[in-house]
Amino acid sequence: MNNAAITLDGSHLSHPAISNDHHAEEHHAHEHHEQHFVWKYIFSQDHKMISKQFIITGIIWAIIGALFSVFFRLQLGFPDTSFPIMEKMLGEWAKGGKLTPEFYYALVTMHGTILVFFVLTAGLSGTFANLLIPLQIGARDMASPFMNMLSYWFFFLSSVFMLVSLFVETGPASGGWTTYPPLSALKEASKGAGLGMDLWLISMALFVVSSLLGGLNYISTVLNMRTKGMTMTRMPLTVWALLFTAVLGVLSFPVLFSGFVLLIFDRNFGTSFYLSEIFIGGKALSHIGGSAILYQHLFWFLGHPEVYIIMLPGMGMASEILSINSRKPIFGYFAMIISLVGITFLAFVVWAHHMFVTGMSPFLGSVFVLLTLCIAVPSAVKVFNWLTTLWRGNIRYNVQMCFAIGFVSLFISGGLTGIFLGNSALDIHLHDTYFVIAHFHIVMGVSGIFGMFAGIYHWFPKMFGRFLNSTLGYIHFFVTIIGAYLIFWPMHYEGIAGMPRRYYDISSWQSFKQFQPINGFISIVSIIVFAVQLLFVFNFFFSIFRGRKMTTKNPWGATSLEWTTDIHPIHGNWEGDIPEVHRWPYDYKDDGNGGDFIPQTVPLRPGEENHK
Amino acid sequence: MAGFIIFLLVLLVFVIIYQIGKSSELASIIRGEEYVKLKTNRTIASLFVVFFILGIYGIWKCNEYFKGMMLPVAACKTGERYDSMFMVTLAVTGVVFFATQAVLFWFAFKYQSSEKRKSSYFFSHSNSLEVIWTTIPAIAMTILVAIGLRNWFEVTAPAPANAMVVEIVGKQFNWLVRYPGKDNELGVRDFRKINDANNVLGLDWSDPHNADDIISATGEMHLVVNRPVKLLIGSRDVIHDVGLPHFRLKMDAVPGISSTLSFTPTITTAEMKTKTGNPDFVYEIACDQLCGSGHYSMRGTIIVETQEEYDAWMAKQPTYYSNNKPTEVKPVAGNTTEKAEPKATEKAMIN
Repeated sequence: MNNAAITLDGSHLSHPAISNDHHAEEHHAHEHHEQHFVWKYIFSQDHKMISKQFIITGIIWAIIGALFSVFFRLQLGFPDTSFPIMEKMLGEWAKGGKLTPEFYYALVTMHGTILVFFVLTAGLSGTFANLLIPLQIGARDMASPFMNMLSYWFFFLSSVFMLVSLFVETGPASGGWTTYPPLSALKEASKGAGLGMDLWLISMALFVVSSLLGGLNYISTVLNMRTKGMTMTRMPLTVWALLFTAVLGVLSFPVLFSGFVLLIFDRNFGTSFYLSEIFIGGKALSHIGGSAILYQHLFWFLGHPEVYIIMLPGMGMASEILSINSRKPIFGYFAMIISLVGITFLAFVVWAHHMFVTGMSPFLGSVFVLLTLCIAVPSAVKVFNWLTTLWRGNIRYNVQMCFAIGFVSLFISGGLTGIFLGNSALDIHLHDTYFVIAHFHIVMGVSGIFGMFAGIYHWFPKMFGRFLNSTLGYIHFFVTIIGAYLIFWPMHYEGIAGMPRRYYDISSWQSFKQFQPINGFISIVSIIVFAVQLLFVFNFFFSIFRGRKMTTKNPWGATSLEWTTDIHPIHGNWEGDIPEVHRWPYDYKDDGNGGDFIPQTVPLRPGEENHK
Repeated sequence: MAGFIIFLLVLLVFVIIYQIGKSSELASIIRGEEYVKLKTNRTIASLFVVFFILGIYGIWKCNEYFKGMMLPVAACKTGERYDSMFMVTLAVTGVVFFATQAVLFWFAFKYQSSEKRKSSYFFSHSNSLEVIWTTIPAIAMTILVAIGLRNWFEVTAPAPANAMVVEIVGKQFNWLVRYPGKDNELGVRDFRKINDANNVLGLDWSDPHNADDIISATGEMHLVVNRPVKLLIGSRDVIHDVGLPHFRLKMDAVPGISSTLSFTPTITTAEMKTKTGNPDFVYEIACDQLCGSGHYSMRGTIIVETQEEYDAWMAKQPTYYSNNKPTEVKPVAGNTTEKAEPKATEKAMIN
């Protein structure tokens, strides 16, 4: 492919013409050299195209993952009813319109894997790190566009393996998204521990490769390719958040990878890393001396940072969007960066709070309690800063602003229940109950996806040159936030009663069967919420072709660099020289001409002080 | 075919909503963008307030609905401690929850852009505010950690010397309970000696302590009220978890590793029946770690009774040795099939 138009020659001359003129001329031939379809749309090395590839793959996975949750919600809500439509779609697995327990667990496992990894990691970081890092720091592309392309295609390959695993005879992996051995290691233990589990492991190994290729690229791009004047402390908080997301991934995914490799060995080559003293399938196995708990340590060493890999991009985007639409600088820019550093550091030393009841030393548990509750402090700082950003603002509502406010609300609700679970003395009862489901779905699942939706509504015009329909957007927002609370709020009570998660049917339990009616209610709400997500998907794809066209370069009145590019930016982002940066990214103030913001490219006025 | 028609209908509805949305956007351009923006602002900001008020009402209603179902009566000392700590945490987080959510939605309403409000107060940072709201959560967390660790060390403390010892072992998909018998000592067991026909736990018959051990394969455990008990927890195959909601306890059962739980039940099953007004009340042991397709049916029960009732029950229990008369069968690999598994599940459920 021809990248001749893109010369990273480092001549960062200031370009005043770009900074003030927000009314772009009609986009002229935006590609100097017409590229072949394959190189432009498929094996593209343009970070903007790769970000579109990530988001569309992510959306497809999100539909599959969410549909699975609807299937198993039908079982949970109405265990005695048969749904012929499920038999039609799932065949043998839902004979007579009722899920088999084996496939119920497979659906639960796939729902978790898909949403956590394929949607909220690849779909979220992949999309926005690719789109925003080069555009917001003023780079023509990633440090290595080729590696960036590989990152997507490894993700694609990983997706193919995961998709194939859905169709094998013994079904996909069914040991939960955490796939603890021995359940996941022994083919005798469950059907899903057969070929489905092998495919799961291959897929996840490829996923780790994709994530590392991406992460290394993001970090080196942020550190090396900032335009002239773009010091680290002039970077928008989105870039900061995406940088730390990448750091988390690069440092923790290899540990998960090693965990998976050992599991592959235990499954196929007779080693005993995780296996010891097991009698299953009518015989005693020869494995001795391994520790099933070792896997959990390796898994959660990624597994916990993974939560922040999901949260940080949302935090960054919410900060940006709250500030832009409050027409006010983000409150406490440096405090926001410091709290990101704090969260990133602490994320590595709290993993064993997922393992309080594995029989580990109570002393070790107490250390993790202390470290876990420490992480509440930077999280609280972020919340207070968001609230103060709204304070005395001039708030302008659009769909992304709604999602950003929803993000903050959900982050508070879900974060506070973390204080229960992080305290081992309370976790000992709540562990692995519906309380946990409610907690992580609100704080990580829904809140994470709200951050993503906010980002999509905000940067959709940058990606496609058109706007998403905002009427549909408002319907999407309000139904989703109301639905999310209706689904997950009642689950707290079920968890407080001790109702375990991952139960196919609760009818034989004296202690839990009183929750059956509420389970039915939750299931109905989740179907409605699912339908509204389809409305969003429709809005997304329809608006790519039919949405209202963007007519100005900077529709939201933002200060950051991505809005100085053309409406349809070329591969290389800026037609002329890369703009030079003169000020911090949240200069919302009187610009002297009746405007309320000053783009980063505008030089400081005489006597004007730099933001410190 | 029907599915296809439904799909088309849904798509049609989406297109219609989309077009309505689009036409309203076009109309807004005609009516003047500024005017419409302010109107949208007013609507959305008010909806946020409505959302908040309805939310608070919903939470209140939800609490009413779940009042009787939520925390079951705690049936041991540490369980009562647990409940009070839970309530303290709930109070702290509850206050923060209502305060921050109220502020969020109030600001969202109050500071909306309107005819009166044309620009914001460009206020970008304040170090003293940052210090205040770093310190306050830090202090709150310190208090919660202090309470938590006190309870944690209490609940994980070694069992007192006079505690009765009961072993509970998980397998797909039921619980096996072993009592030490007259000598008060559990014999050695070896997973290589397990045999589903006549040695479910792999007791090593060369150890004399095993001779009087009693095994219950029905998943029913008998405990004495007000007498400390130490549970020895193990697993035969995959990871299970002994979940005891009424005692606010939980511990994984991991193959190859032995874990323990100790507590003192304070209410008998009979008392609980009157207390809860539920004649079918029973303490349940719930498996809390996904262990395979029968996970949800891996149910055990606990009967808490007085010493006399317990002694009378115990006297009737045959030892596992006498019941299974092992003729020192060598556990040949694969001589029993696991086809018996679903039956075991049913057994556990009938209980």
